Formats: sequence, structure tokens, C-alpha cells
Amino acid sequence: MIWNPEKECLSRKEYDEIQLERLKWIVNRAYDRVPFYKRRFDEIGLKPEHIKTLKDIELIPYTTKDDLRDNYPFDLFAEPMDKIVRLHASSGTTGKPVVVGYTKNDMEVWKENIARLAAAAGVTNKDVVQIVFGYGMFTGGFGLHQGLEHMGATVIPSSAGNSERQLMFMEDFGSTVIVGTPSYVLHLAEVAEEHGLTRDKHKLRVGLFGGEGHTAEMRQQIEKRWGIICTENYGLTEVQGPGVSGECLEHCGMHINEDSFYYEIIDRETLKPIDKEEEGELVLTTLTKEGIPMLRYRTKDITNIEFAPCKCGRTTARMTKVKGRTDDMLIIKGVNVFPSQIEGVILGMDKISPHYMLYVRNEGFMDTLEVQVELADGSLLESYSELEKLTREIRAKIKGNLLIDAKVTLVGPKTIERFTGKAKHVVDLRNK
Amino acid sequence: MSVKQISVFLENKEGRLAEVTRVMGENHIDISAISIADTTNFGILRMVVGNPVKAEAVLKEHGYAVRITSVLVIAVEDIPGNLSMALDTLDKNSIAVDYIYASMGRTDNRALVVLKVSDMETAMDLLSNAGICVLKDDEVYRL
Repeated sequence: MIWNPEKECLSRKEYDEIQLERLKWIVNRAYDRVPFYKRRFDEIGLKPEHIKTLKDIELIPYTTKDDLRDNYPFDLFAEPMDKIVRLHASSGTTGKPVVVGYTKNDMEVWKENIARLAAAAGVTNKDVVQIVFGYGMFTGGFGLHQGLEHMGATVIPSSAGNSERQLMFMEDFGSTVIVGTPSYVLHLAEVAEEHGLTRDKHKLRVGLFGGEGHTAEMRQQIEKRWGIICTENYGLTEVQGPGVSGECLEHCGMHINEDSFYYEIIDRETLKPIDKEEEGELVLTTLTKEGIPMLRYRTKDITNIEFAPCKCGRTTARMTKVKGRTDDMLIIKGVNVFPSQIEGVILGMDKISPHYMLYVRNEGFMDTLEVQVELADGSLLESYSELEKLTREIRAKIKGNLLIDAKVTLVGPKTIERFTGKAKHVVDLRNK
Repeated sequence: MSVKQISVFLENKEGRLAEVTRVMGENHIDISAISIADTTNFGILRMVVGNPVKAEAVLKEHGYAVRITSVLVIAVEDIPGNLSMALDTLDKNSIAVDYIYASMGRTDNRALVVLKVSDMETAMDLLSNAGICVLKDDEVYRL
């Protein structure tokens, strides 16, 4: 079902018109109300009225996470606190977090955007939705919660953790939709298997994943283990949280809410805008945000845009699965490695579980990569040669796919940490 | 019935071996033969125990990767040359020995040896015909 055909099925020309009108509006607001933007514009002699076409957006300097940190907590807000009805913050791994504020209208837009992506995954008001995202300052929990409630679904805000209780709710309340990070939903599948929660005992049919990227292999594995259909959605705290884009059941990229966000793709190295259909870093500009306008925010996420019509009937542009974050990208012996590429190798293999950890070290001026994988069961314990064959096979696949020689270490079942929120797969021990 | 050996995957970390033997002890499972090779990254701990079914269940409960394998346990006179007679018999008939280890248990004055061979059935017949004592599973579990 298409939630809002009047906004999701327009022509390219109509999207362009809406985006240009809203871009002018937000640029004016940002310049008038946020000293940070005024300073940035004035430094290069840029005036809001210079933005006459969508392409003129390229005149505006980029905004980065550091800008948000430097203006902590409220200096980028365009509204006084009496108009702000909600604060969220991103998990700051170093120093201060990023804080964002929403007006009542921002909340309405957010709900609408979530309802669209949920409807695109086949969710309706008849569904019972269990949200296993951690709530709190993270945008994922409340973001999906409000949007699903808005569309009339029954929401169970069970939050992350306490897996056995999660399964009890799932069985007793008849949850039909699960919302969470793919790694936690996969972990729940393991716990369900251990506790004999078989397909006939739960009504789950759809999974909505966000909060972290995942590979197609991981999605397939979750779909198989739960017997459900899963879609992915995308967002980030700085521009709204979830609801920037979401997959439909065609699984051919995430439909962008074009009336809320303007998207650009820039070259990773030169930082110059490139053809949107080429792979590069996604840059987003909020088109409706009142609380905290974001002009050309560098997401650090690597993707590309597809404009070809989608079979689902929506005409919105789609961003392909995020290949990785420029922040997560590891350069090992000069080779660019995204953890997602290693996940792709591991999830395609039998005899090991889908959980893994990467350790990057510097040994004698050489970078080394160790990939830890879990043995799924005892079936290979007949001889050392079978276990060694498995590690050789994984190593060869990594080498074939990533051109990197990794050390593969087998560890016992369920010894790698399971994450309830965003999974952390990389430990970089270089320069430590 | 052949003797059931327990194989356990062990990471090469301090204390893992001690942990397995502790779990066995706490569950009153007697270990009559034990072997682990010296490798860099991981090891396969092999044991012959008093109650292999219970041992497998208990170890799985503790999260270990466990496998049960059929092995031969033979009793040889504890004098020089006797083990070699048994192994010669297998060798002459092209039966490969995958691995071998000695048991802590004894019957009379005979040493017990655990063998994993390429062809269990044939090996059992050959050894018995050569006059070598092949122990039955319940005899082994009682050790």
C-alpha cells in the first residue's frame, strides 16, 4: 500500500519544484535564525537569494558532525525552546553527543515519513508491532513508535534487551511486526530457537530494520530463521532520525522522502558533487525541518541514487543499500575495507554463525586483519583438518572478495558479544 | 556397541581446559582417557568418559561445540612390543590410524589405548582375531 500517493508518486518535475521552493525557504530561515549559518554564508559572500535553482545548493558549504558538536547543545536551533517539543541525541562515542530538537510540525513530518516506509513494507493498522530498538535518546525507538502509532498499528514498546521477555510478548501478544537493529533481531532468532519458539508459535511476518547497516546475506538469514519478510530503512539523528528513506517489498533500494530531504552524492576524496547515480558520500539537506535546519549535511555514508521507475508504483528516487561509512572504512595495507564486505563473506557460509569481530593490528609496521568467527556446532570436530579447511576457505573467500590476506580465528559457539543496539564489529588496535 | 568419544572445541585461551574438566567434575562424570594436541589457535579436546550422553548434554548446555565419535579401546599387555603388534595388524590390512592416545584406566596389568581408525568394523574383527582384547562400551564406561 502507498501511504501518501500525492507525495510519493509525483513526476520528477513536480519533485524538483517542491524541493526548490522548500530549499529557498529553509536557506532563508537558516540564514536569518542561526548565527552559525549566517557566519558561514557571510564568509564567502553568499546570500540566500543566490539560491535560484537546485544546483545552486552547491554554493553552500557542507555541515559536518563537528559543526554540531561545536554548537552543542542548542546553538544550531532555529526555534526558541518554547517551540521545541522533543530533544534527541546521537550516541557520541567520543566527547559530547549531537543534540537535535523538533517542533510540533517536525514531529508531524517525522510520523508521516515513518508511516510511508512502514506501509511500503506492507504494515497496516491491523499489525501488532514490537519495537526492540533501545528507546531513550536514540531516534530509532521513538521515531518508529510515533510513526507506527500514527498509522494506527498496535505498538509494543518493549525496547531492547531481556530477550526471553521479548519472546514471551511476541508469543502472547501476537506480534506481527518486529522493529529493531538487524543484529539484535538475529540474536533473538537464536534465543527463539533455543527456547523452542517455532514458526507455529508466533505470528511475526515483517521485520523493519534500521539503526545500522546490514548485508543482503544477513537479511536473507534473518528472513529464513524467523520466516518473515524484512525491509531496511535509513535515517540519521542529524537530519531527523529514521524516515529519510525506506525499502518497499521490491527490495530495490530505499525510497527517499523527497519532499523532506534533498540529496546529493559527492566524491569521497575531492568532496565535489558527482552524478547522483554514481557511488559516493550522501549529503542531505532538510527541506522542512524547523527545529534544527541542516544544510548539506555530510552523512559519511556511501551509497548511490537510482531514478529508474520502481515496480511498486512510487516514483521517489531510491538510495541503494549503504555500502559502508567513510568513518568505518578501514584502510588495511592500503586496501579500502568495509566491515560489510566481510559480513557478506561470512554470512554466506555454513558451519559458522553470522556473528563476527574484526581486529586490526599493526605488527612490525604491517597492518594485519584478524577475523574472528564462531563455530556453529560440533559437526567439524572429527579432525583438525576439517577445521583447518574451514578457516582456509574463509580466508580464501576474503582474499577473493577484498584482496586482503586475513588471519581467520575460530572461536567457540556464542562467545562473540551479541549487541542489542548498533553492533560493533571492529576493534582497531593500531597506534595503541 | 562401539565406544563413544567426546570431542570438544577449545579456543586457545587460558583456563579453557580447566573449565571443561571442572564441568565434568561438577556433574560427576568420570574421565578415563583424555587427549589434546598442541596447536596455535584452537584445540580439539578428546575424552572417553563414564557417561558420554550426559557429558554431551552438559557441555552443550555450557555452550561448547561438541561431537560424539566412535572409537576403539583396546587392552594390551603392558610389555614392550605389544602395542606394535596391534598396530601392525591394522597396517597390514591398510587400516589407517587417525589418532591414538592412552587411557588413564587399567584392567589387570593391561594398558588401555584409544584408537580412531578409518574402518571401525573391520579393525574390530581383525584385532579380535589377532587375540587383542577389544573392550565393549560398557566395560569402558565402568572404568
